Amino acid sequence: MTTPATPAAPATPAAPALPAAFDRVSFDRLLADQHAGRAAPAWVIDQRRAAFDRLESLSLPDRRDENWMRTDIRLFKPKAWGPRHAPRSDAMVPTGLLAECLAGGRSTGDSFFDDGAQAAGGSTPLAGRLLSLDGHVLHEELDPALAARGVLFGSADRLLADHADLFQRHWFSVIDSRCDWFAALHAAFHSASTVLYVPPGVKIDEPLHVLSGLGEGGVDTAHVLVVLGDGAEATVLTETAGGGGSGSTTGSGFHCGGTEIVVGRNAFLRMVNLQNWSMGVWHFARQKAVIHEQGRLQWTLGALGSRLSQVAQDVALVGRGASAQVNGVMFTEGRQQLVYNTLQHHEAAGCRSDLLYKGGLQDRSRLVWRGMIKVDKAAQKTDGYQRNDNLMLSREARADSIPGLEIEADDVRCTHGATSGRVDEEQIFYAQARGLSADEAARLVVAGFFQQVFDRITILPVREALARAIGSRIRRLS
Amino acid sequence: MTAPGQEKLVISGLHAAVDGQEILKGVDLEIGRGEIHALMGPNGSGKSTLGYCIMGHPSYEVTAGSIELVEADGTRHDLLAMEPDQRARAGVFLAFQRPMSIPGVRLADFLRHAVTNVRNPDRKEGQELMPMRDFRSELKAKMADLSIDTEFARRYVNDGFSGGEMKRAEILQLAMLRPKFAILDETDSGLDADAVRLASQSIARIGGAEMGILIITHHEQLLEHNIPLRTHVMLGGRIVESGGPELAAELHKRGYERIRAAYPEAAAAERSLQDAATSNAPHPVTA
Repeated sequence: MTTPATPAAPATPAAPALPAAFDRVSFDRLLADQHAGRAAPAWVIDQRRAAFDRLESLSLPDRRDENWMRTDIRLFKPKAWGPRHAPRSDAMVPTGLLAECLAGGRSTGDSFFDDGAQAAGGSTPLAGRLLSLDGHVLHEELDPALAARGVLFGSADRLLADHADLFQRHWFSVIDSRCDWFAALHAAFHSASTVLYVPPGVKIDEPLHVLSGLGEGGVDTAHVLVVLGDGAEATVLTETAGGGGSGSTTGSGFHCGGTEIVVGRNAFLRMVNLQNWSMGVWHFARQKAVIHEQGRLQWTLGALGSRLSQVAQDVALVGRGASAQVNGVMFTEGRQQLVYNTLQHHEAAGCRSDLLYKGGLQDRSRLVWRGMIKVDKAAQKTDGYQRNDNLMLSREARADSIPGLEIEADDVRCTHGATSGRVDEEQIFYAQARGLSADEAARLVVAGFFQQVFDRITILPVREALARAIGSRIRRLS
Repeated sequence: MTAPGQEKLVISGLHAAVDGQEILKGVDLEIGRGEIHALMGPNGSGKSTLGYCIMGHPSYEVTAGSIELVEADGTRHDLLAMEPDQRARAGVFLAFQRPMSIPGVRLADFLRHAVTNVRNPDRKEGQELMPMRDFRSELKAKMADLSIDTEFARRYVNDGFSGGEMKRAEILQLAMLRPKFAILDETDSGLDADAVRLASQSIARIGGAEMGILIITHHEQLLEHNIPLRTHVMLGGRIVESGGPELAAELHKRGYERIRAAYPEAAAAERSLQDAATSNAPHPVTA
């Protein structure tokens, strides 16, 4: 009997390493890495440990949880995902939606009413930027003039250690990281996180840009904390891009993120979150802003990508006279499923909140918005509004709008509305009668549908990027 | 009817149905460029249907007959084989009785697309629009001509427009697109006497030797500055009588009783159409 010759087994164990999961092994390695590099402060480690303990006590949310009852995560396999190694130095970073507008190149002075006054080129300079891939920061920079004025911006690993006085009381205290499995996972395993601190009275004119990228099968757990001191002003653009296509049944990318925003007294923040993952990515995010007296927030969510999204977007108006404008622009296709749970929580008197979500749906996609305006007893003279309009571009698409009010004060004005409609064939015919092709007409009608929310977004590159991205996705109406 | 060597819109033996209900029952009409024709007739006689058929509304099915553009050298173009936008690019225009609103789309942007396409019939979506500088100065001049405030162009297409504003917007589009043939479907309805006079003057300024115009109206005021070469009377889905301007005046003063008496067959068709319209109440027939 002969045995075929086989190459000698290598000395080291040959068993292929299992892909890392979000388990004890990965967690211990994460803590070891944190200690090895620039030592993470004890309070950050403690926060992670508490979150990991919580994570171990939880299982995936199921449909008995009312926040999750319209989200189908049966195909989400938690063990398939874990922290990823640092990408190779020559790894390709995906291009964000804003890249073209921020880098310049496309003229924006093409409006009937501006008499060509706008600068040609349309380039928007940046005050700072941070770039990460698969949970690792690749690049960060901040305008030195702003740094000199006390602005802090960049990687949390770098900044938390030196500025506990500014960040510790906010770090993971704005969002609830105990409420479910994903929230706990994020709080335990966050990486490539970004913090911004703008000192009182400092006004930053140019936007700060944060791009989180994913490679094929990548994992992103980035956290963002933005703190504006009293009277400060800033514009923050965060966007996500990359991940694999929709070919894999279990998904080709995983994002589990969190955003915390603190707007000081009389401060003004314009915050933008653009989610443009490729179609195979799972997206779970918990985002919350706290707005103090007379503070103002303009918060825009744009969502075009991912196979499935579950996003909680909360606004808490905690100081008298605070105001929040919330804008949502969603466009879905294929079998995408995007679920949004929003909360406008009026905790103080005389505050204003105004939410407008607009969605366009084609193919068999699904969009869910469940909104709540909650008014505490103390929040007299509240002015709250929420509205969700959806435009159906196919008969197989489905949209659910579930507005809600929970009011304990007696002197308030709170209203809500929701509409769902189709592109009207008569509109198409009318435009055709003026020489527009049916497709061109449909794109114009859809662009018009979103215009009402674009009119509220005061950041031109964001408006343009969203309009262009949506325009390019609209196919022939079915 | 029209002179040889003249470009014309020729409709022959046109039958058309909506929801299986025949509304046009053999329409013949020829309009030469530079001519004004008036089309009158009681409600439901098929006037608007004719306009929709010429423009190519998808709900109107042409079951027989033809609609053609005939060039000066005799070359014929079959409009029925074209999509509505191709017809517009070929030089046909319909001013809607009830224009559709397109919320979120500014009239100026809408018109810039329209003008670009109509002037470059082969343009594909995504190709360059007419340069903004040229478009802006042309639109401003046309608006000044028609006494329309420039701010009007900033508004969303027909969104929240009054009846009068809609009709003025249609006339502005007519002025910008300068078609070879225009069908004006009750561009006077819903307007007060002064507004009708203004509309009549505006159309007269825009028209001229270059344009063939079919004016669908119940009244003669719109014709005050647009004296029709021929006036046609539609009844029960056919043009039953044609005449000069005096016919429009007669119909405006005396109504359609003489016509109904003179053409009993068409009058019977009118009645059966009305019956069908009432029995199909959930699906109103726009005729």
